[in-house]
Amino acid sequence: PRGGGAQGGRCGLTPTLVSVAVRGPRFRRLKIGAGHRLDVKASGVFVLGIGHGNKLLTDLYNCHLTKVYTVGGLFGKATDDFSDTGKLVEKTTFDHITREKLERILAVIQGTNHKALLMHSNIDMKTQEAYELAVKGLIRPMGKSPPIITAIRCLQLALPEFQLEIHCLHETQQYLRKIVHEIGLELKSSAVCTQVRRIRDGVFTVDDALLRTQWNLQSIQNAIRDCQLKVKRELEKTLG
Amino acid sequence: MALWARQGSRWCCLLQAARAAGFPRRPRSCGSPAQACRGFAPLALLPSRNEVLPWRLRACRHVSVGSCAPPDGAKDGSFSSPKSNLPSPAKQEQAKAETLPDLSAEILYEDWDDIPPSSALEEISEEEAVQIIAEPLLPLQSSTLRDYVDHSETLAKLVHLGVDLSQVEKRQKAGQLLLTLDFEKDIRKILLFLKDVGVEDNQLGPFLTKNPYILAEDLEALETRVAYLKSKKFGKGEIAQMVSRAPYLLLFSVERLDNRLGFFKNELGLSVKKTKDLVIRLPRLLTGKLEPVKENLQVCQIELGFQHSEIQQIVFKTPKILTASKKRLRQTFDYLHNIMGIPHHMLTRFPQVFNSKLLRIKERHMFLTFLGRAQYDPAQPSYISLDQLVSLPDEVFCTEIAKASIQDFEKFLKTL
Repeated sequence: PRGGGAQGGRCGLTPTLVSVAVRGPRFRRLKIGAGHRLDVKASGVFVLGIGHGNKLLTDLYNCHLTKVYTVGGLFGKATDDFSDTGKLVEKTTFDHITREKLERILAVIQGTNHKALLMHSNIDMKTQEAYELAVKGLIRPMGKSPPIITAIRCLQLALPEFQLEIHCLHETQQYLRKIVHEIGLELKSSAVCTQVRRIRDGVFTVDDALLRTQWNLQSIQNAIRDCQLKVKRELEKTLG
Repeated sequence: MALWARQGSRWCCLLQAARAAGFPRRPRSCGSPAQACRGFAPLALLPSRNEVLPWRLRACRHVSVGSCAPPDGAKDGSFSSPKSNLPSPAKQEQAKAETLPDLSAEILYEDWDDIPPSSALEEISEEEAVQIIAEPLLPLQSSTLRDYVDHSETLAKLVHLGVDLSQVEKRQKAGQLLLTLDFEKDIRKILLFLKDVGVEDNQLGPFLTKNPYILAEDLEALETRVAYLKSKKFGKGEIAQMVSRAPYLLLFSVERLDNRLGFFKNELGLSVKKTKDLVIRLPRLLTGKLEPVKENLQVCQIELGFQHSEIQQIVFKTPKILTASKKRLRQTFDYLHNIMGIPHHMLTRFPQVFNSKLLRIKERHMFLTFLGRAQYDPAQPSYISLDQLVSLPDEVFCTEIAKASIQDFEKFLKTL
């Protein structure tokens, strides 16, 4: 996975004027914590916390913010682990698939997941506040729950390849691959997942993310500074 | 017992005299501390004194150790192998005990009427307590050289040279070896020899850190080996370079060096001059294991499908391929040949791609494909040479080869 936006409380913002050879490295023994998991085959935004930032990581976890993924799939094959590197189980035709059919399936998925969302949020749907929250789109489960997809749409379809954008909560990347497999089954064909990329994790987006070539002290400090405000605002809004 | 009490006083006086003399710094084998020991060694002869003996000798050892441990160790020799030396003072004193029974007989009967001695368990006044200097003994066994550095001149001088002792002690028996050597007698010769061969002064420290065992080698053997290399027509500067980059080289006997040079000549089929050139550029080949090299050659020939002449060319250009990991070789070749579609003869022309990171190749190739500029065939227009693909830094690559900005490249990388 590519580098992610890092956030932490303690970072010296004064530039290092004295050379490392005299004072030694500025930061030794940093405690680094990881945010939501990203498995080996996936890529995208991966949030890390440094030092005091680890506490903020826990708070962010308790906010239960949605994550957005770009999931790429391929019709016509089915494998044992739902990805394109697994053992081939079957091959099928896919010429009958149209965009309309795909969007119908996606709507069904979104509907069932919405019901699950409301159920796990433990809100009494008959109250006025519940209605208002639902209108604003602020309902979400604030505790443990199975994976829930809050929004799913098709970005492009060029048979046999297709690309989806999925907003979800409490998911694992393998769950997303399974969704792709199930979409294939629903369309009376089969599908494997070629790419899972996280483009957003709560308040952190791909634009905040640091590339491998940017994994140095200055960039990390800048990234922390840029994200500090966003994180604080989100935490205040959700946790109060 | 009265007899014991009276004899002990002699020791007490001697101890105070020694203290007053301020623990003169003299080797353990001579001087007043030994005399102090001699003074009450005869007590060992008296049978009823046996239980007192160990205590007295221990006290003697304390005195001698206390007086012989200055930091600028003129006696590093005596401390260099504490395991074997510490029992010897006891033996020394016992030997002296046996040799001087007659002298002491008079001293024995002289002090019958002296004041009673002090025992170790007797309480002494505060000033006396403060005056007793009890240096901590050197540990008989230790797993780090840190404990001995202060007392050993050899180790101190090595640290000054730049040897990293924490690395050395991790090797098998190297720490023990360093402790047993004497700087003036052994190490100095070898250091001068190394300087003669051509190792730079500032390189001596790192050299010894990697290869401390050379200090135990015989000087003639080392000179024979250098003479052998010279006879094979390696120049002086070349020998210096080889020795600096492969510190274990001079530990190999002449036959072994000969075997290895022969092996490379036969396996690779290169001329003598080319083999020498290869070995000068990568002297690690001579000191490393030969099995992995053979296996790598097999991989190149059988799995990757290179012709023998092509392998010769590749190895001559990039000898590192012989020591590269096979898995990495296979993966890089697989990507280059099957996915990028580069034929064997192009890879033979640019073998440096095998040394670069696979990820770098992948990223740049994918970017070029995205832009539609992935053209590696020299016969066609807008051809991109492989060595430029891997060796240029990112900015130059983006502007010259990909004709795009580096921000575009970064944005593209974020979509991978």
